[in-house]
Amino acid sequence: MRGESVFAFARRRFLRHRLAVAGAVCLAVLAAAAAAAPLAAAALGTDPEMADLLGRFAPPSPEHPLGTDDLGRDVLVRLLYGGRISLFVGLVAAVCAAALGTVVGLIAGYRGGWLDAFLMRFTDGVIALPALPLLIVLAAVDLSKLGLPAGLVASEDISLYRIVAIVAAVGWTTVARLVRASTLALRARPFVLAAQAQGAGPLRIMVVHILPNLASSIVVATTLAAGNIILLESVLSFLGLGIQPPIPSWGNLLTNAQELVWSAPMLAVWPGLLIFVTVVSFNFVGDGLQDALDPRALERHT
Amino acid sequence: MTRFLLQRLVQSAIVILVMSFVVYGLLGLMPGDPIDVMITADPNMTPADAARLREIYGLDRPILERYATWLGAALQGDFGFSRLRAQPVIDVLVPALGNTTILLGAAFALSLALGLAAGVTAAARPYSRLDYAINFAAFAGISIPPFWLALLLIIVFAVILGVLPAGGMGTVGSHGLWDSLSYLVLPVASLTIASVGAHTRYVRAAMIDTLRQDFIRTARAKGLSGRRVVLGHALRHAMIPVVTIAALDFGYVFSGAMITETIFAYPGMGRLIYDAVMGNDYNLALVALLFATALTLAGNLLADIAYVALDPRISFRSLER
Repeated sequence: MRGESVFAFARRRFLRHRLAVAGAVCLAVLAAAAAAAPLAAAALGTDPEMADLLGRFAPPSPEHPLGTDDLGRDVLVRLLYGGRISLFVGLVAAVCAAALGTVVGLIAGYRGGWLDAFLMRFTDGVIALPALPLLIVLAAVDLSKLGLPAGLVASEDISLYRIVAIVAAVGWTTVARLVRASTLALRARPFVLAAQAQGAGPLRIMVVHILPNLASSIVVATTLAAGNIILLESVLSFLGLGIQPPIPSWGNLLTNAQELVWSAPMLAVWPGLLIFVTVVSFNFVGDGLQDALDPRALERHT
Repeated sequence: MTRFLLQRLVQSAIVILVMSFVVYGLLGLMPGDPIDVMITADPNMTPADAARLREIYGLDRPILERYATWLGAALQGDFGFSRLRAQPVIDVLVPALGNTTILLGAAFALSLALGLAAGVTAAARPYSRLDYAINFAAFAGISIPPFWLALLLIIVFAVILGVLPAGGMGTVGSHGLWDSLSYLVLPVASLTIASVGAHTRYVRAAMIDTLRQDFIRTARAKGLSGRRVVLGHALRHAMIPVVTIAALDFGYVFSGAMITETIFAYPGMGRLIYDAVMGNDYNLALVALLFATALTLAGNLLADIAYVALDPRISFRSLER
């Protein structure tokens, strides 16, 4: 083990975690498949919106490897395009949530006092609330009443921005608590005191001295949160409040499937299976990263 | 104890008050207003009629003033009228609250019991094959999309096997207990599977932590059987964090219930909120959301009480702030 860098050590520990490696491979394959969606569509000579009303509910065939849906659209191509949206929205929302949580946690932990008390009570409050009912109200808000430009509100992509904002608005709490607790511990450490003595301002200390020490725990928390956030996005889209058709997402592909469950049950199986595999992979990878990056986990295994 | 309860009740009241204002504001931002709904229902209405109605109902007044009016009525027990159900809001809410309590209570108890059994089994031999398998299953349970799970259960048990109903509360004309129970099986099962994974992991982590402590070594040294040590000594200690986390998860479980109720057409609070928001039933949506919040806060309070009951070192005084 001599002469091994921190990263090599973490990589070795991560690779020992078989489920985490399997999860990472799954995510890579899913991301590559989603990225290649236009290629698959071109190869099959179709696109995600091309309907064929004479070929509805077609069984799997060489032209349609997973068959067709209620409008005769190719299921595989729609799944791949849905994956582009679901994975992208999930990742962006997870990063936004982590950024928000980091800012709140850093300020609360470093500033302390009444600001800390206020921010943490607020965090507790957000955690305690029933999230989904609130999200449904948030998702139903008419954005033009908030004074957003009409062109933006009417655009097709608005449901993407909206879902990222909404999911980030409830997803930041775990990271905020974690960052705050670590910041509190780091604040009293000699290297921070030394920086203060040299006249560094609070912003510099938080960003340059404290944040790098938190990087690994933030990465772990974000990975674990990404799974939850993808779940949340799919639930909202399933309920018709997230990503709006015609943009396909794994969640809204299931919306129709519920009504068709008696005639075409397989339509309900595929999108959910992909969500499941993605979320499980994120959780395994997060768990593996935790073991690899968290020094406290060392003694747990030995 | 009284002081603690009083403090928490005041805190909860403040949270609910703040929530009521936030939700009131958000509902005001939803597309359309009650008069727009009337306009779609009555094509003969002129813009002048609409403006007059807005004045009569006070919708032209500033939001703070309207909120104060609503709050004043609500504090006197008048929660208004539900547009969708054409009944006073409170008459719609009470039965829904009862249904949700049955669903949540059954699923929560079942999930905690299964989670305890699986978690204790896994922790008894950490990093064994069995532990590995339980961990894997728990992760799978946590990661499964709850609405997809519900759909799969419907496909298997209602569509393919045809042994259980796909949704609703009871067969028309049948009032048997068994009939009502059969409608509960799939919703309870899907909620239980959705939360048992998390419970298993909490129990496992807490048990592994506990089994490493000195008092366990002492108990073993005294010559107690492994079973006695695990079930009699360690479990009680491990229950403290488990109960706390499980009860704090209440908001999360409620969200799960909302999905389950929507898919199985189960007439509980979750479904009610969804229908109210989708159907522009502002009065119902607002009060139902506040009830859901109150329910969650009550769950959190129960967590703290259980915490004190389980751990003799903690008193209510130490929880006061």
